[in-house]
Amino acid sequence: MLRLAGRLDVHTVSSVWGEALAGLKGRAGRPVRVDTSGVDYCDGAGVALVVDLLRQPREPGAEVGLGDTPEEVRRMLAPFDVRDFSSEAEPPRRGPGLKQHLANGLYDLGRYLYLQVAFVGEATAAMFHAARHPRQVRWRDALNLAQEAGANALPIVMLIAFLMGVILAFQSAVAMRQFGAEIFVANLVALSLLRELAPLMTAILLAGRSGAAFAAEIGTMKVNEEINALTTMGLDPVRFLVVTRVLAAVAVMPLLTLVANLVGLVGGAVVMKGFDIPFVTYFNQVTNAVTLTDLLGGLFKATVFGLLVAGVGCLRGLETRSGAAAVGISTTRAVVSAIILIVVADGVFAVVFYHLDI
Amino acid sequence: MTEVAPDKQTSSSGDTSRAIIQVSDLTLGFDGIALLENLNFQVNRGEVFVILGGSGSGKSTLLKHMIGLYAPMSGQILIDGQDIARAEGEARMALLRKIGVAFQSGALFGSMTLLENVCLPLESHTALNRSARELVARMKLRLVGLSGFEHLLPAELSGGMQKRAAIARAMALDPMILFLDEPSAGLDPITAADLDQLILRLASSLGMTFVVVTHELASIDTIADRVIMLDRQSRGIIAEGTPAMLRAHAEHPWVRRFFNRQATEAA
Repeated sequence: MLRLAGRLDVHTVSSVWGEALAGLKGRAGRPVRVDTSGVDYCDGAGVALVVDLLRQPREPGAEVGLGDTPEEVRRMLAPFDVRDFSSEAEPPRRGPGLKQHLANGLYDLGRYLYLQVAFVGEATAAMFHAARHPRQVRWRDALNLAQEAGANALPIVMLIAFLMGVILAFQSAVAMRQFGAEIFVANLVALSLLRELAPLMTAILLAGRSGAAFAAEIGTMKVNEEINALTTMGLDPVRFLVVTRVLAAVAVMPLLTLVANLVGLVGGAVVMKGFDIPFVTYFNQVTNAVTLTDLLGGLFKATVFGLLVAGVGCLRGLETRSGAAAVGISTTRAVVSAIILIVVADGVFAVVFYHLDI
Repeated sequence: MTEVAPDKQTSSSGDTSRAIIQVSDLTLGFDGIALLENLNFQVNRGEVFVILGGSGSGKSTLLKHMIGLYAPMSGQILIDGQDIARAEGEARMALLRKIGVAFQSGALFGSMTLLENVCLPLESHTALNRSARELVARMKLRLVGLSGFEHLLPAELSGGMQKRAAIARAMALDPMILFLDEPSAGLDPITAADLDQLILRLASSLGMTFVVVTHELASIDTIADRVIMLDRQSRGIIAEGTPAMLRAHAEHPWVRRFFNRQATEAA
């Protein structure tokens, strides 16, 4: 006989659970009756203890059974069949084998590539549709998004661009001073900023701010079934959500890059002033060093970066599965994918510009 | 014979008076605008107390004040003798252990399986080992008819199943009071009736108190010991009593229409 007594509730039962199981083990080979007549109070956890005792695997003839059981405990036990909770009844939790893993991986990869291609196709078709039917574009949404991605990003873009100009100028001036070539720092700062750094840094900032926001917003809409609602209303989610975001990003990226160029050059000028080079001399040197092609090439790159950041942000949002964690995963993937795409595209531009002699 | 008994502990209830929830002069709202004013009512131990009202009458808001999510503009809500809005630190934790809440949307953690969802409060508030926690959780899921679904994620279940899983999670710690926000909305009539029976069984066997926000007339008739009805226009309680009493004797036209399933005159 194993007698349970006292108050068996969720807070007290843990202190006797192990002892009760040990008491049962000590009677291996003999039948045991669990007597709960001394229990003052029993809640769901107390009943779970009784079930745990009853479900323990035993040899034939040494089963555990209920002894003297108060009506209250009996009533609480009634909904449960102990056999359902035996360890044999637990579903096996074996993972798939290696072959299955490989097959799943290949299938996932194929599906992933298919989805990327399908999205690019859908987004391109939606953009052409927008160009043919500009009145169907939700310009108010696009304008709000442009304000958020553009105007509201100005302070951070200006700060980063200014510091970039300062750092570039300072690091190069220290080295060039040894050769009396400080004036050429202006060439280095201007060319680096206009052709490379301003578009690149602005795109990375856009990815961190707006690409992530696009993914989170669309991902949350997916989780809340708002995307399904759009589809059932006959509205294409790509046309409704992606076109406006891509237009906004493509519109603001060259503008933000232009501001980054100007502010970066000002940063460089401030440093050069410290090296006794007047503003006028610095800016004359800058205008002689760069051409309109350098500026336009950088702005074109920025536009493409904007397209990539917005596109991949929206794609990751639309790929969101269910649950709050999925939105976080989509946001992270949006930023990482955008940065990778920006760097890859920048490499492609470098090669193309070289061959076109730009 | 071996006797196994926990050390003697004082009852978890701090106050043994009949009322387990006492709401006094409660005014609640947002941004300085009162939604409900001067509410006074009590919920007795072991009863199933139902909050009714039209859409936007503040039922769920009242529930959220009762579980301490929002602070009232004035007045107090005593749970087992303690003001939930003013309790802090360990006192608040002790108070929160006495209540379980199943939200309207279920509010299950999407990245956890049903079993993990139900195990979570047991993991945080008890010293039960993993195997005991899982057994308790599986038994709670059995009570709400979700045996066999333990290892699924909430997203893999229907809305009704998510709701039942949320109730299982709310019951994990066998709280003194269970707050249910629209528990049977979206459930088929059989599951809804099963849920009603579960509520009645828990109320009678464990002496658990239920505070339920619901619109289901069949549920109200089956489970409710007492009902209060809130009204947006009068910003307060327009009726209080047993369902039978309100159906037969309510003076307020909205209450009569509600219990007799009549459309508004305008409709």
